[in-house]
Amino acid sequence: MSGDHILSVDRLSMRFGGIVAVNDLSFNAERRKITALIGPNGAGKTTVFNCITGFYKPTSGAMRLVHDDGHAIQLERLNDFRISKLARVARTFQNIRLFPGMTALENLMVAQHNALMRASGLTFLGLIGAPSWRKAEQAAIDLAQTWLDRIGLLDRADDAAGNLPYGDQRRLEIARAMCTQPALLCLDEPAAGLNARESAALSELLLSIRGDQGTSILLIEHDMSVVMEISDHVVVMDHGIKIAEGTPQQIRDDPKVIAAYLGADEEEAIAVMESGT
Amino acid sequence: MSAPPAVQTSRAPGAAFILKKALISALVALVLFSLMIGVRTDAGPDGQLTYWTRFGDLAAMVATVFGGSIVLELLRQWWGPVGTIRVVPPAVQSTLSLAGRLVAPVLLVFTFLVPVLFYNERYILDLGILVLTYVMLGWGLNVVVGLAGLLDLGYVAFYAVGAYSYALLATNFGLSFWVCLPLAGILAAFWGVLLGFPVLRLRGDYLAIVTLAFGEIIRLVIINWQSLTGGPNGVTGIPRPTLFGIPLTPGDDGLAAMLGIEFSPTHRVVFLFYLILALALLTNWVTIRLRRLPIGRAWEALREDEVACRALGINTTTTKLTAFATGAMFGGFAGAFFATRQGFISPESFTFHESALVLAIVVLGGMGSQLGVALAALAMIGGFELFRGLEQYRMLVFGMAMVLLMIWRPRGLIGHRAPTVFLKTNQAISSDLVKEGHG
Repeated sequence: MSGDHILSVDRLSMRFGGIVAVNDLSFNAERRKITALIGPNGAGKTTVFNCITGFYKPTSGAMRLVHDDGHAIQLERLNDFRISKLARVARTFQNIRLFPGMTALENLMVAQHNALMRASGLTFLGLIGAPSWRKAEQAAIDLAQTWLDRIGLLDRADDAAGNLPYGDQRRLEIARAMCTQPALLCLDEPAAGLNARESAALSELLLSIRGDQGTSILLIEHDMSVVMEISDHVVVMDHGIKIAEGTPQQIRDDPKVIAAYLGADEEEAIAVMESGT
Repeated sequence: MSAPPAVQTSRAPGAAFILKKALISALVALVLFSLMIGVRTDAGPDGQLTYWTRFGDLAAMVATVFGGSIVLELLRQWWGPVGTIRVVPPAVQSTLSLAGRLVAPVLLVFTFLVPVLFYNERYILDLGILVLTYVMLGWGLNVVVGLAGLLDLGYVAFYAVGAYSYALLATNFGLSFWVCLPLAGILAAFWGVLLGFPVLRLRGDYLAIVTLAFGEIIRLVIINWQSLTGGPNGVTGIPRPTLFGIPLTPGDDGLAAMLGIEFSPTHRVVFLFYLILALALLTNWVTIRLRRLPIGRAWEALREDEVACRALGINTTTTKLTAFATGAMFGGFAGAFFATRQGFISPESFTFHESALVLAIVVLGGMGSQLGVALAALAMIGGFELFRGLEQYRMLVFGMAMVLLMIWRPRGLIGHRAPTVFLKTNQAISSDLVKEGHG
């Protein structure tokens, strides 16, 4: 395994008091590939995400992110908004977190905050309406428009995000994350609550993000049809440790994975086995 | 003919229901008032307990409640349930929307004409200045509360900092109003940042309490730092503003003498009116501009969802600080104007009452709406004067008006939000979707 890794998680542990949510987890995410993190409920997947995106400070371990230009960043040393700003890691949330009272377009404009702040000369150039600011603003609107078009929401650009149907909100959240121009996109259960057709559209969108933008994707997902279809690499977690990893084909046939799902939740085990046939 | 004609369903409750409800209300009133109104106790001439009954008053009270309950229920039926869409003819609708769009320009033109129309009525001019001061304060606080969603109960502190900055700089160093005005704004903004730092981690109620305390601290420091601020005696002899160096005095170097017209004390009042109008409009213009800039959008995004902001790489700390500083700066400008207008300031002008009043203006106006805040300031300050004839019932009428307003328009006079950028249609966003912020 000497692939080009964008993210290397090394012996990551996260404890909450006496509870060990993540225990000595190591895995790699390859550049321009889709890596899926799966596991039964409570396996610690979202905790890993929160560590990577800076919402939690890991108890121990290292997370190394290498940009395309070779610039390496230790994520555990950054906190809060700097992960997104400096390391260019974007994320979505399990329960959608859009700005419901702002329009779809405004949501995508907020995502370009840091670039626009620079362009507006920390507000002062923008306040006097400098031409360079106007150009930057128009470019930001164009980028937002491109993304609205790609997720099929161009017609609803001026509608409040809170008024959009659930599936559209999911896609808008992904578009918003992409508007930050991320190197690594972390998606927390993007297919949750979507119907079969919407899931298929989502898979297509994620594949196109990987293909056209060259953005690496790390995703948590319960919908095995999505995972098996689009993932290049799958990491399986249970009770905070990695129990298996490999290609979707290898994971499908791994008895340890099936046991983990069987032991945890009958429905999920059936789902895994069905999607494996 | 397949389907039977639709039967008129969901009839309003009948007379029996209304009577029953009124009876229950009357019964509750009887129990409550029988001791409070029915029996009156007093100390007799020798200190013994005497009491007498007032059954007539009691009966009148209960009858009022009974009647009032019936009227209320009938009114409720007449209006229909809350949220019913009543069919309004398109012609009326378009007239209304046209009127809605015309309110702001008409109001602005009228405000410009006030000194012309009411030149000889000093009272109205003074009231206009007062209203405009609160419009400006409301617009300033609107940045913090309405846009960034940070509940600030100590806004008067920045008003005080601005006022004392001008008063002390002018009386001690002889600096002119036009030099002091930006200084007062900068100093107030500086205090805004100072307040911002410790409270950044707080949210909601805790933030409100700390800002409330900050307002009190500033007032107490002003009272107790006698050597600098004069303590409770305040600062006197604050210079009046000049028209860029030309004083508005009866002397030979005054404006009246220079223009060759007869001096009148009204000149200064009119000048002050246009000065505060200009300051208020500057506040409005800057706020509207800021909303369309990334910083303004970040404020609103912060109000909507702080966690999502952090995930998008927005520095929530500096974003909150800039909101505090911007709001405080406008408060400082208004304070400097207040000091130059009064010529005398004391800590009594900067009590919690002022913070509460400005916050009430912002909330009543509809958080985030510029026009709403202006209308609310007009209603709160102007309306308060309007009810002066009612004497001791003034507060009662005022309180009732506020309660009614909050029932009908729980999100303020203008509750909807206008988007800052749009592709095709600029449609207002319903207040149901817009968050109030949580700290």
